[in-house]
Amino acid sequence: MHEMGIAMQIVEIAIASIPDDLKNARIDRVNLKVGKLAAVVPESLHFCFQIAIQDTPLYNSDLHIEEIPVVARCADCHVEWIVREPVFRCQECSSGSVEIISGRELDIISIEVVDEDTTDADRSV
Amino acid sequence: MPIDRYKSQRYYHHKDFQKPRHFHAGNGAASESKKRGSREIKIVRKVLDVNDAIAQQNRNMFAEKDVFVINVMSSPGSGKTAILEKTLSHIMHDVSTAVIVGDICTSNDADRLAASGAPVVQVNTDAFGGDCHLAAHVIKTAVDNFNLDEIDLLIVENLGNLVCPAEFDMGENLRIVVLSVTEGEDKPLKYPLMFRVCHAALLNKIDLLPHLEYDREAAVQNIHKVNPPMPIFEISAKTEEGFDSWIEWLMQKLHG
Repeated sequence: MHEMGIAMQIVEIAIASIPDDLKNARIDRVNLKVGKLAAVVPESLHFCFQIAIQDTPLYNSDLHIEEIPVVARCADCHVEWIVREPVFRCQECSSGSVEIISGRELDIISIEVVDEDTTDADRSV
Repeated sequence: MPIDRYKSQRYYHHKDFQKPRHFHAGNGAASESKKRGSREIKIVRKVLDVNDAIAQQNRNMFAEKDVFVINVMSSPGSGKTAILEKTLSHIMHDVSTAVIVGDICTSNDADRLAASGAPVVQVNTDAFGGDCHLAAHVIKTAVDNFNLDEIDLLIVENLGNLVCPAEFDMGENLRIVVLSVTEGEDKPLKYPLMFRVCHAALLNKIDLLPHLEYDREAAVQNIHKVNPPMPIFEISAKTEEGFDSWIEWLMQKLHG
């Protein structure tokens, strides 16, 4: 439900990450990791991203989302498993002392930048 | 969140649909550059790190002022405000309590809670674009209305929503989820993140059980599937049944 705010935050972080030496850089792609337990719907985020990038250096960019499965670890017997149903009890020893080791990610991994000056120069060769 | 509802490729932007995934970039060079001349720049940063940083500032401030903070969350209409009205009437004599109430619109809840005599601040998120949750910066601004030196317990009544508030740390000590018996026993399985991140559940409106076909054991089991050690207090904000154990637990947490 708050995907627009997240899309705007992604745009802000991406722009702030453009290196100083690339003055006319345009961002071509943003690579994002989203855990399946994160309260974010990737399809909604794609939709909001298309609106949030207008009139920014990301105006023609793609948002690439890698989904991260929910992985839990038993604090007692240390077994790890992929959680496919919302049941957080150890399948081996039935312990309820379970920690989530992945699946809550909402991380920007990288941006891919095109320097407009460079590509213009390439074209003229 | 049915965890495997979609095949992962369905999440891809249409331009990237069915492309392989690669994220390893060495020395800043593009691993899978979309076009010639593009280069990949590693960032690895949490999208919500601004919120997390402010939440940590809040946490430090609350610790310094010795204020215990609880964040109460639920779907709309589960009885958060009624529970807080009764909770305040139980504890106000002993514990100096203040309340922050979040809603998209209206100050109805704040008006009800202010009758207890506790200082209450209403936050309307329509000023922030109609947000579906309270975030750390909102709490940071709202507490300016209180003298924290005079407050022992700060209760935050979040917006009615079982999804988004679970994602936003505000710097609180405890998170409480309210589930009412009119909502369906399977809600914990449908909103697992909320039931994972909370420290206790209040199963409210149990005075209605004689009129409902409600399987309260299934509700309790479902909560414990998602969060096995979670304490559950079965209460009625109307009759105050079950309030003694809930208040006792809350006071233990406050003084512990």
